[in-house]
Amino acid sequence: MAIIDFLSPLVGAGFYYKTFMWPKAFWEKFYEPAIRNAAGLGTLSTEPDPDTYDKGFRYCDILIIGAGATGLSAAITAASSGAKVILADEDFLMGGRLNTESLKINGMSGSKWAKDTVAALSAMENVTLMSDTTIFGVYDHGIYGAIENRASEAREDKNKPRQVNWRIYAKRSILCAGAIERSIAFGNNDRPGIMLASAVRSYANRFAVATGDKVSVYTNNDDGWNTARDLVLKNIRVVAVIDSRSISPVLRVPGAEIFMGTNVVDTKGRKALKSIKLSNGKSIDTDCLAVSGGWNPNLHLTCHHRGIPKWNEEIASFIPDESNPPGMSVAGRAKGTMVLSDAIIEGHNEGSSVASNLGYKVKESDPAETPKVLYSVTANWGVPSGKNRAWVDLQNDVTAKDIKLANQEGFKSVEHVKRYTTLGMATDQGKTANVLGIGIMADNMGQTMEQTGTTIFRPPYSPVAIGAFAGRRRGMEFYPTRYTPSHKWSVEQDAIFVEVGMWYRSQWFPLPGETHWRESVDREVKQTRASVGICDVTTLGKIDIKGADVSEFLNKVYVNAFAKVPVGKTRYGLMLREDGMVMDDGTTARLSENHFVMTTTTANAVNVYRHLQFCHQCLWPDLDVHMISVTEQFAQYAVAGPNSRKLLQKVVDSDCDISNEAFPYMGAGEITICGGIPARLFRISFSGELAYEIAVQTRYGDSLMRALMEAGEEFNVVPYGTEALGVMRIEKGHAAGPELNGQTSAYDLGMGGMISGKKDFIGYKLGLREDLLRDDRMQMVGFKPVNTQDLLQAGSHLLNLRDKPSTETDQGWISSCIYSPILGHYIGIGFIKSGHSRKGEFVRAVDLVRGNDIEVEICSPHFVDPEGERLRV
Amino acid sequence: MIINHPLLGPRDSEEFVYLGSADLIKRPTNWEQDASAEDFYQYQYIRENIAGDHRELWYHEQGDQSWLVVTRNTLSHEILNVELAQDVSRGIGRGK
Repeated sequence: MAIIDFLSPLVGAGFYYKTFMWPKAFWEKFYEPAIRNAAGLGTLSTEPDPDTYDKGFRYCDILIIGAGATGLSAAITAASSGAKVILADEDFLMGGRLNTESLKINGMSGSKWAKDTVAALSAMENVTLMSDTTIFGVYDHGIYGAIENRASEAREDKNKPRQVNWRIYAKRSILCAGAIERSIAFGNNDRPGIMLASAVRSYANRFAVATGDKVSVYTNNDDGWNTARDLVLKNIRVVAVIDSRSISPVLRVPGAEIFMGTNVVDTKGRKALKSIKLSNGKSIDTDCLAVSGGWNPNLHLTCHHRGIPKWNEEIASFIPDESNPPGMSVAGRAKGTMVLSDAIIEGHNEGSSVASNLGYKVKESDPAETPKVLYSVTANWGVPSGKNRAWVDLQNDVTAKDIKLANQEGFKSVEHVKRYTTLGMATDQGKTANVLGIGIMADNMGQTMEQTGTTIFRPPYSPVAIGAFAGRRRGMEFYPTRYTPSHKWSVEQDAIFVEVGMWYRSQWFPLPGETHWRESVDREVKQTRASVGICDVTTLGKIDIKGADVSEFLNKVYVNAFAKVPVGKTRYGLMLREDGMVMDDGTTARLSENHFVMTTTTANAVNVYRHLQFCHQCLWPDLDVHMISVTEQFAQYAVAGPNSRKLLQKVVDSDCDISNEAFPYMGAGEITICGGIPARLFRISFSGELAYEIAVQTRYGDSLMRALMEAGEEFNVVPYGTEALGVMRIEKGHAAGPELNGQTSAYDLGMGGMISGKKDFIGYKLGLREDLLRDDRMQMVGFKPVNTQDLLQAGSHLLNLRDKPSTETDQGWISSCIYSPILGHYIGIGFIKSGHSRKGEFVRAVDLVRGNDIEVEICSPHFVDPEGERLRV
Repeated sequence: MIINHPLLGPRDSEEFVYLGSADLIKRPTNWEQDASAEDFYQYQYIRENIAGDHRELWYHEQGDQSWLVVTRNTLSHEILNVELAQDVSRGIGRGK
């Protein structure tokens, strides 16, 4: 990559945007991979995340974010009141910078004081300590997102989560997130050995690591001097302290040359820092340069509800304004209180006042004591560095010159400069770079820091793995798996399953020797139509409705009349949305004067129930109607075919008469079966055969399925799945999901005749709009191939015979299509312009995707038993 | 967000399903008149796009299945009031 260093004068802001524009196709295939490779970016793994993640929920009165000196002080007073306190810190070791400083608190080392305080807090029942936990987002109404890192635990045990995504509900929060040091932009400030001064100090004090043998310090503030002092105390040689301010030296640093009013302008050393060059022309041999450009309050979380930070000249940084998220207050360095002793008092007082505000009584105590160490700073965004690059964002390789160029090219807004230069767009989101970059921008444009402003801070504060948001909801746990009560029986039959509305439904039941699904499905259809078949229809939505006004209520939600449904009868109902489009259909049975049971389609069960609750509670609250979903409380089976009654008579108790006379077509009633077990019987048919649906309480579902199969043995009974169900409904011309697509009216479906003109119902008025009544709308009809050997496919588009396929000539489409084993050829139902008046006409069914183009005849969608005679025998 | 359910107390908004403006309660009743076509059109399609306090319908699907009228400030997400929709409906004279 030395070549890029050499070419660097050419590679400025927006270089890639400007250079790799042509030819267009090269970007994705050539330039981008090459650039990513050169930048050392890896390849995205296509493997699933191997780690486990979890979610958790916690509740508290006061959430304290950050367990440094301020946060610990706040926690002590808040917790002394008995308030429920959560103290969270992203480090595994609580104490914040106290663990990296040499100062004394209450006469002991800061780290010892922190440790003792944490121990005291952990002994309190009302305190929850969450170390290794980052508060990454502030959401509405006191909800905080927190990510707990448990990587070390997860490495030992694969089943343990690597991260836990906590949702913390807090009445109040105190942000004590401290401050982050920033750098200074000077020539070649990216050589190994050039580090932030606070990092050099942490290495020395916390980890006992010397970052160099000849360390120099470059600062614009008092705190940089503390680094020099601590290094000397650890017997690490400090060769120079360079302070850009023209003031007297802040401290005495034995053995070091002191340069006041001086800047670093260049550095040397290819693989490691060898020397630095000062603005006074002097060169200094050094292998580590500790840089301190001042401290930025860590106010990120205060801006998650669009708070805008304000500039504070005294500490030369942005501080939170008063528009924090509701319930959040700020204390300590995060607020701009840079003197530790003041920050401790502030934390102490804030913990106390927040707890008091919530009605808790705080125990009197004194804040911890530490010597007052003053902090003063003069902004220093860097010095002209000539040809040498002065890095601003070290993680995203943005230089001071890039920012200047962006400004020159007209990018004046801080948000635009960010996106053009990528300043602050790396994983650290500019935590060390942004304020420096804004300072450089302000200088370039001759405006104040306030005028320049910051980019908007958004969650997450630091990166959170996508897996942590998913938690355990992946693979089979993504959503619930619903099995019907007789699922085990179906598994025993080697059923093939399909997922519908989270349910596992049997699709077909292959027999030994059957090699193609069509063999199984054709057999199931033929056997059902010839004798009797059984289908698990438990998954249909079932809604139990009681009350004096139910029939009136149903009248308002169905297009057809329900006011006079007699007890012991069931009725087909069509439900519209308010805009006149069909929402759902099903049957509703009246079991007694004030008791109804409605069925919905499997897919719409939830929506229909929600809609009915809306209609009742919002539109007609005084109707005496009470409803509850009983989808999962009943197992239900369709028993269909000419022998269905004979079969049922073997399981229905003999005192229940289900003969054609006593229990005619569309009959409904409560019966007992198998010697006293309560059941509901409905004489309804989706298949077009003599058919019933029988419902029992869920716990009897499995037994009933087995009993029906046993009773049906003499009739050669067959279980059938959703495919055979689909074949038979298309043979009968019943609309289902593909037809109820949200764009079809009752008229389009050929059910306009059901609409009662004598009442208001949901969808009535808007269903009468002119365009919805036009004759040339797409209307549902049947289709059959002219050549009965032809394959007809759902999704095919319909064209007049001599038209070429195009949007303009499109006449409609085939929505559902199957091979009819009864008719011996394919049939379909679909929509075509003016379909109802075009029966007998021939059109083309064209499928350009699968290369099919056949001639079909428009016909009635009722292919089998159009008069419905079989239903009534 | 947290919705303070009038019967059940504060509940996480994840338990709810959102519908839209509480004006959906005001379904026209003049269906027999020709003029109602316009009223139904307004009712179904025309919404105020409010920057401020918005009365809206939420359904406690993972709870007691109440429809609620929540007054929420669309700028701050502050929730100022939560009522049972059936009370609101009765309040504007809807009944049977």
